[in-house]
Amino acid sequence: MRAPRARKGTDMSKNEDLIKTPVNDMPEKTQTSMIKVEHLVKHYGANCAVDDVSFEIARGEVVGFLGPNGAGKSTTLNIITGYLSSTSGRVSVDGINVLDAPLAVKQRVGYLPEQPPLYPDMTVEEYLIFVYNLKKCDLNRTKHLEEICEVVKLTDVYHRLIRHLSKGYRQRVGIAQALIGNPPVIIFDEPTVGLDPKQIIEIRNLIRTLGKDHTVVLSTHILQEVQAVCDRIIIINKGRIVADEMTENINRVAGSNSRYSIKICGPQKEVLSLLRARHDVVYADVLPTRDGDAYTYQIEAQKGLDIRKSLFYAMAERSFPIVGFESIGMSLEDIFISVVDKSEGAAPEKGRGKRGKGLPVEQDIAASIIASTAEKQKNIEPYQGDD
Amino acid sequence: MLAIFKKEMRAYFINPVGYVYVGVFLTVASLICSYTTIQQANYDTSAYFQYLLFVFVILIPLLTMRLFAEERKMRTEQLLLTTPVTITGMVMGKYLAALTLFVSTILASCINFFPLFSYAIAEKAQSTVDSHVGPVGGQMVGCLIGVMLIGAAFIAIGLFVSSLTENQLSAAVITIGVLVGMMLIGIFNNFIAAAPVRAVFSWISILSRYEGFALGLFDFAAVVYYISIVAIFLFLTVRVYEKRRWG
Repeated sequence: MRAPRARKGTDMSKNEDLIKTPVNDMPEKTQTSMIKVEHLVKHYGANCAVDDVSFEIARGEVVGFLGPNGAGKSTTLNIITGYLSSTSGRVSVDGINVLDAPLAVKQRVGYLPEQPPLYPDMTVEEYLIFVYNLKKCDLNRTKHLEEICEVVKLTDVYHRLIRHLSKGYRQRVGIAQALIGNPPVIIFDEPTVGLDPKQIIEIRNLIRTLGKDHTVVLSTHILQEVQAVCDRIIIINKGRIVADEMTENINRVAGSNSRYSIKICGPQKEVLSLLRARHDVVYADVLPTRDGDAYTYQIEAQKGLDIRKSLFYAMAERSFPIVGFESIGMSLEDIFISVVDKSEGAAPEKGRGKRGKGLPVEQDIAASIIASTAEKQKNIEPYQGDD
Repeated sequence: MLAIFKKEMRAYFINPVGYVYVGVFLTVASLICSYTTIQQANYDTSAYFQYLLFVFVILIPLLTMRLFAEERKMRTEQLLLTTPVTITGMVMGKYLAALTLFVSTILASCINFFPLFSYAIAEKAQSTVDSHVGPVGGQMVGCLIGVMLIGAAFIAIGLFVSSLTENQLSAAVITIGVLVGMMLIGIFNNFIAAAPVRAVFSWISILSRYEGFALGLFDFAAVVYYISIVAIFLFLTVRVYEKRRWG
C-alpha cells in the first residue's frame, strides 16, 4: 500500500535572488505529523547537548539530519527513539508522546545507531529472529525475514556468524534489523559508513525506495547522499537548529549563482585589477594554478547579468586571451560549512579556491537560510510545560 | 522479556562460560560431597552445603559478569532499549536466565546424594538397631532450599554489579569481593564482643538466616528476607538504567 508523498508547493518562479521560503512553502501537514519535536532540551550535567530544538516531520518525508560532530544529532535521535530522555520539551511520534508511552513509540520506530548493535556470537538468522521477537512482530516470520534479506542482500550470509562478516555485511545486518516489523518511522544514523561505492549506491536506492512508504530520517556526514536522497535538510549545530529547508530549494539556490572559473593569459596583477574594476563583477580572485601563461580566476558576477560576452570583448581589447570559461555551482559542502560558520559567528576568511569559506555569495545564502529557519522556529508554539 | 531470556540461555552455551560453570560446579560439588560425607563415614550433609556456599562466591560471579557488562561494551543495550522492551523486562529476562542455569545445576548435583542413600539402604539391611540410619531427608531438602535462596540473592547482586561496568573482569572481581564480604560478616559475627553490633550483623547476615534451613526448619521470614534482597538488587539495576536514560 503506497501513500503518495505530499508534493510540496514550491513556487520556483517567484524567488529571484536568495532563499526566502514563506510559510506556505512548508510541506502539507498530514493530520498528525509523524515526528514532532518541540523545544527539546537535553543537559548532560553542566553541558547542554541539545538546546531548544524544534521541528516536525510529516508522514512519508525523507529528511536529512546534518551537523558537525558533537552538534547533538545522535542525542536528538536517541531521544526520539526513547533510548534517552529529554531534560525538557516534548517529542511525539505518530501522535504518541515518547515519555508517556515509550513502548508504543518504540514499536513504531526502526533504528540503526551509529554503531550497529550486533552480537558477534550469533548467526545472521539467529540475530534477526531475536530482534523479531524483541519487537513483538506478528508478521509471518520466515517470509518477513526472507523479504528483508532479499532487499538488503543478505541471503548469501544468512547462516554465517556475524563475527565472520565483513564491515559492509555487518552494516547491512544493522539495516535489516531496523526494517524488521515494517515500522512506519525508520531512523538511520550514518548507514553507509564503511561501505564500498557500489554498496553505497545500493543502500541509497534502498533508502529512496523506503522513503515511498515510510518516514525516514537520515543522519549523515555525506552531503551528496543527502542531496541525492532527502526531501528536506535539517542542519543542527551546537545543539540548535540552524537550517531547516527543502532540498530542492537549496539545490536551486546553489545552482543559480553566477560564479565562473576563467583561465586568462596575461600578467596576473593587471588581469586581476581589470576584473575587479568591472562594475558587474562582485568578487574576483586568482588561484595559484598555472596553465602555460594562463592563470585561473574565480569571479562572481552580479546576479541576473550575463557578463560572458562583455568580459570576452574586454579581455580581447587588452590582448588577454581567455582560454577557459567554466560556470561553477556551489556544492552543498560549501553551503553547509558557511551555514555552520555563520551560525557560530565565525569571521569569514577570504578563501581561495572552490571550497573557500568566505565567498560572499555563500555567506549570503547561509545567512538567508539561517534567517528563514529562525522565522519558522519562531512560529512554533512555546512549550506549554508538562501536562 | 522472553526473547531476552532465550537469548541469554543460548549465549551461556555458545560461550564457554556455561560449560565451565556447569562442569566446575558439578566436579567441585562431587568432590566436596564425597570428602565431607563418605570419607568421613557419616551421613551429615550440612558441611557439604556450607562448603557449597563458598563455591558460589567464586562461581556465581562467573555466571553474572557478562550479563550486562558485555551489552554495554558492544553497545547492544542500545538495541534492547530502542525496542518495545521495558528496562524491568530486560533485567528480569537476564536474571531468570542466570537463575535457571543455577537452579538446574544444583538439581543436577543432587546425584551426589545417591551414593549416600544407597549406602544407607545397605547399612540398614545389615543393622539391627532400630534408629534412623542414613541422611536426614528433611534436613537435606531444607539445606537445598536455603542454598538456592542464597544463590538467588547472590545472582541478583552479581547482576547489579555487572550493570555498573563495561568490563566483565571488573564485574566478576567486584562481585566476588562483595560476596566474600557478606560471608565474612556471617562468619566473624560470632567473634564480635559487643552484643548490639552482633545483633545488627546477625540480622542482616546472609548466613544466619540460612542456619534455620540447615536444621531442616522452614522459616518463612528467612524466605522473605532472601526474596527481598533479590528484589532490592533487581530494583537497583533497573534504577541504574533509568539514571542512564535521564542523565
